[in-house]
Amino acid sequence: MRLTLAWREALWAFVFLAIPLAFFLYFRILPAFQALWLSLYEWHADPSQRRFVGLEHYARLLEDPVLRRALFNTLLYTLLGIPSQIALGLVIALLLQRVPFGRDFFRAIYFAPYVTPAVAVAWVWSWMLSPHFGLVNELLALLGIPPQPFLQSPSQALPTVTWVVVWQNLGFQVVLFLAGLESIPRQYYEAARIDGAEGWRLFRHITWPLLNPVLVFSVVIGTIGYLQLFTQVVNLNFTDQGGPLNSTLTLALYIYQLAFLRFQLGYAATVTVLLFALILLITLVQLKLLTRRVEL
Amino acid sequence: MKAKNRLTGFLVLLLLLLGGSVMVLPFLWMVLTSFKPFPELFELRFLPREPTLENYRVVLGETGFMRWFGNSLLVASLTTLSVLFFDSLAGYTLARLRFPGKNLVFILILSTLMVPTEMLVIPWYVMSAEKGWINTYWGLLFPGFITAFGVFLMRQFFETLPQDLFDAGRMDGLSEFGVFWRIGLPLVRPALAALGIFTFLGNWNAFLWPLIVVQTPEMRTLPVGIALFSGEAGTAWNLIMAASSLAVLPVLLVFFFFQRQIIEGVVLTGVKG
Amino acid sequence: MAQGVTITYWQYEFRSKVEAINELIRRFEAQNPGIKVVHQTFPYDAFQQKVAAAIPAGQGPDVVNLYYGWAPTWVKAGYLVPLPDDWMRRLDQDFVAMAQAAKVGGKLYGVPTAVRSLALFYNKDLFRQAGIAGPPKTWEEFIAVGQKLTVKQGGRFTQIGYGIAPDGQDHHLVREVLVRQFGGKPYSDDGKRVLYQGEAGLKALSFYTDWVRKHEIGIPGFFPGNNGYRDGFIAGRIAMIIDGSFAIGTIQQGARFNWGVAELPLERPGGRKANFGSFWMHGLTPLATGPKREAALRFLAFITSEETQRYWLEKVGELPASKNLIRDPKLSLHPIYGPFVLSLAYAKATPFVDEAAQRKVMVDAINRVLLQGMDPAQSLRLAAEEEQKILDQFWR
Repeated sequence: MRLTLAWREALWAFVFLAIPLAFFLYFRILPAFQALWLSLYEWHADPSQRRFVGLEHYARLLEDPVLRRALFNTLLYTLLGIPSQIALGLVIALLLQRVPFGRDFFRAIYFAPYVTPAVAVAWVWSWMLSPHFGLVNELLALLGIPPQPFLQSPSQALPTVTWVVVWQNLGFQVVLFLAGLESIPRQYYEAARIDGAEGWRLFRHITWPLLNPVLVFSVVIGTIGYLQLFTQVVNLNFTDQGGPLNSTLTLALYIYQLAFLRFQLGYAATVTVLLFALILLITLVQLKLLTRRVEL
Repeated sequence: MKAKNRLTGFLVLLLLLLGGSVMVLPFLWMVLTSFKPFPELFELRFLPREPTLENYRVVLGETGFMRWFGNSLLVASLTTLSVLFFDSLAGYTLARLRFPGKNLVFILILSTLMVPTEMLVIPWYVMSAEKGWINTYWGLLFPGFITAFGVFLMRQFFETLPQDLFDAGRMDGLSEFGVFWRIGLPLVRPALAALGIFTFLGNWNAFLWPLIVVQTPEMRTLPVGIALFSGEAGTAWNLIMAASSLAVLPVLLVFFFFQRQIIEGVVLTGVKG
Repeated sequence: MAQGVTITYWQYEFRSKVEAINELIRRFEAQNPGIKVVHQTFPYDAFQQKVAAAIPAGQGPDVVNLYYGWAPTWVKAGYLVPLPDDWMRRLDQDFVAMAQAAKVGGKLYGVPTAVRSLALFYNKDLFRQAGIAGPPKTWEEFIAVGQKLTVKQGGRFTQIGYGIAPDGQDHHLVREVLVRQFGGKPYSDDGKRVLYQGEAGLKALSFYTDWVRKHEIGIPGFFPGNNGYRDGFIAGRIAMIIDGSFAIGTIQQGARFNWGVAELPLERPGGRKANFGSFWMHGLTPLATGPKREAALRFLAFITSEETQRYWLEKVGELPASKNLIRDPKLSLHPIYGPFVLSLAYAKATPFVDEAAQRKVMVDAINRVLLQGMDPAQSLRLAAEEEQKILDQFWR
């Protein structure tokens, strides 16, 4: 049987994807199904004693004020965090490309927070943001601004946590954009310069369009990350997890509390189903709206 | 013209320095705290009054730190190598090969990122218990062996490349794998380097699964070990900072190594032999 | 007795406890040839996660150390099995009153080696400098002392009299101590109904929150960090805190001043005494089947014996759970342990069914008043509703 070119290509595609797909199916998709399936049961350590409860947990979802708060917070983190992280990351990456000297030094500095362990980050920032002893309030005092409660306040806690997350993720974002910027072949810039373009026009017509794939990646992956925000939220208000009056609680943290502190895995699985659906929907919409094919 | 460039350069420097101090201050604080004796943790000073190496001595000599370090290094390195290979292969396929159901496969792979790990640990643990992977290196490795994150990243970078380079390769007689290996990969070096950094770091700092799958002190990884310094009645922050400062070093090394690869950029001048 | 049984014991990692258990295992194995005990430890912060994942997979501990407050949740989810009925008699006869909280639904699920309670820690140097003779014995004295020791400079506190910490021990203080001191009960005797929304409860919450709002002897979040109240005390910036006996080690290590411990103040001289007691206990998991069960029970009996408790006090510094040992005058006269020991006679352990959620209810109740200025009566009503729902759902 003679295989057409298209068939050959498709065949090779499946050969290349065989191991990765098998891996994902066995180690991620199957366990995910098993976990989500638990949402129909009352959890018990002994599988034979897990009672089938149908949609009971889903009914509880609808009446749970803590869940509503967690959902609201999670969306708010994403709306605040993604634009900030991407804008700041891009600006810094562009600046790093243009700095006259000390490039390695600056790259290391901007990357340092990303590699610092989460507990250390949380400890240092909770000191810096302390209403009475923190450096930030000392600086604000110099500007005549009264001391702010930051992490202690139900209204300020969430934006404060968002700031720490953005601060920590900048290293990631900058490295990503640098890789994207350096992947743009210099010939394109040279060709454009020959045509008389420079500065802003170069950015608009070469850099920005060619950064699109990295931008799409950043937004999609970033959103998936923010929607599952957990570590910094836990560490910044460790003894009152979820922040004062649940003001920083996220869906991922709520799931963790339900599953591992309250041993209610059935309900935790239900919240996970909700989170999964939310992430899938938002991701699909983003992919559709943001992706642009660039022809050169 | 030159003056304008110099002014811009100076402004850029200033901005980066201002931003940089915000970035690096907490990191500095962490390192400085690692030299403070326990009682000094409660004083409101930036610099240690009586700097000491005691914390490092305790961390390196009296805990399993070296073992944790070794375990983390092994797991993170192996995972990074596996991810760099498989993720780029899958990303390449999704970006440059045509086949039915391509979009569906992409979404399917992406969806594996949408269920938080915390819910997966119990099925993973049950699976590991059945197969004897508990407290083993494979047990530590398998969840991160191939990642949708990397597949997505590589796909994005492979997509931006011009088709003729690949066609040229095929016409030159390269096998499909050869086209991937000898034409595709070198052209996405910055992306590979970035992926290497992110994967290594993600593994280095992973906490929940290593905590669950490890039973004995010899198999602990760094984050699990460092967590031992906190207890019910308080946390030995001085020890945590010392351990964290040490834990950061390999990652910085990995970063410096890989970022060279990013910076070197990409040149498209026909097929490289 | 079966030949060659191996059982596994899990607890959280804490150096003196690990060393103590290792020694105890050595002694136990010497006395019980044929039983081997494997000892595994995990970070405190993640201990419950480990257990949650391990037991359903059939690979985990046979005997496990757990906080008493987790017991009902664990029992309901099938992570603990009841101890033989005759063990209950031993518990009732030999162990301090608070150990009753190890029972769930009429069956016993664990036995403690050591217990803890709350006391007032105070900074003797600050007291002396301000000319205060000794620790306050009534709440009135407490507030007066607190005001004397609070220093405010230009709108900011640089030192406070009391380390307010709703998410520290203060929620226990309100729920279990103040409510009872003011003549009420936080819950019904069977633990299924919330009672603190009554008069005594309202008085308790208002009284406590007035320390911040009216008397200004402290503010929440004064000193940074996870246990800011304790760290602030160690830093010498907070004159008094109410903390558990488990904090003694940390305070001893960090404080560079003279400090003392006193029993909690009373409503008035001779007033009702109340205290919050808690304990970590050892329980039996469903994995201990067949010959392992017998071996596990033996081990359990061994690590909760009076001899072990005496060794534990010496090695780990935790108070014994035995009624007998508590009567030792050396203990009740001890400058640091004494106030704790005296309280063990009347300390009660709150019968939590969903400790994480119930703790949050009271912390939120306090925070609504302190951070949002809500009326204490309203906040308490909301809390009682929330908590009753939690109780109802558990006991369904």
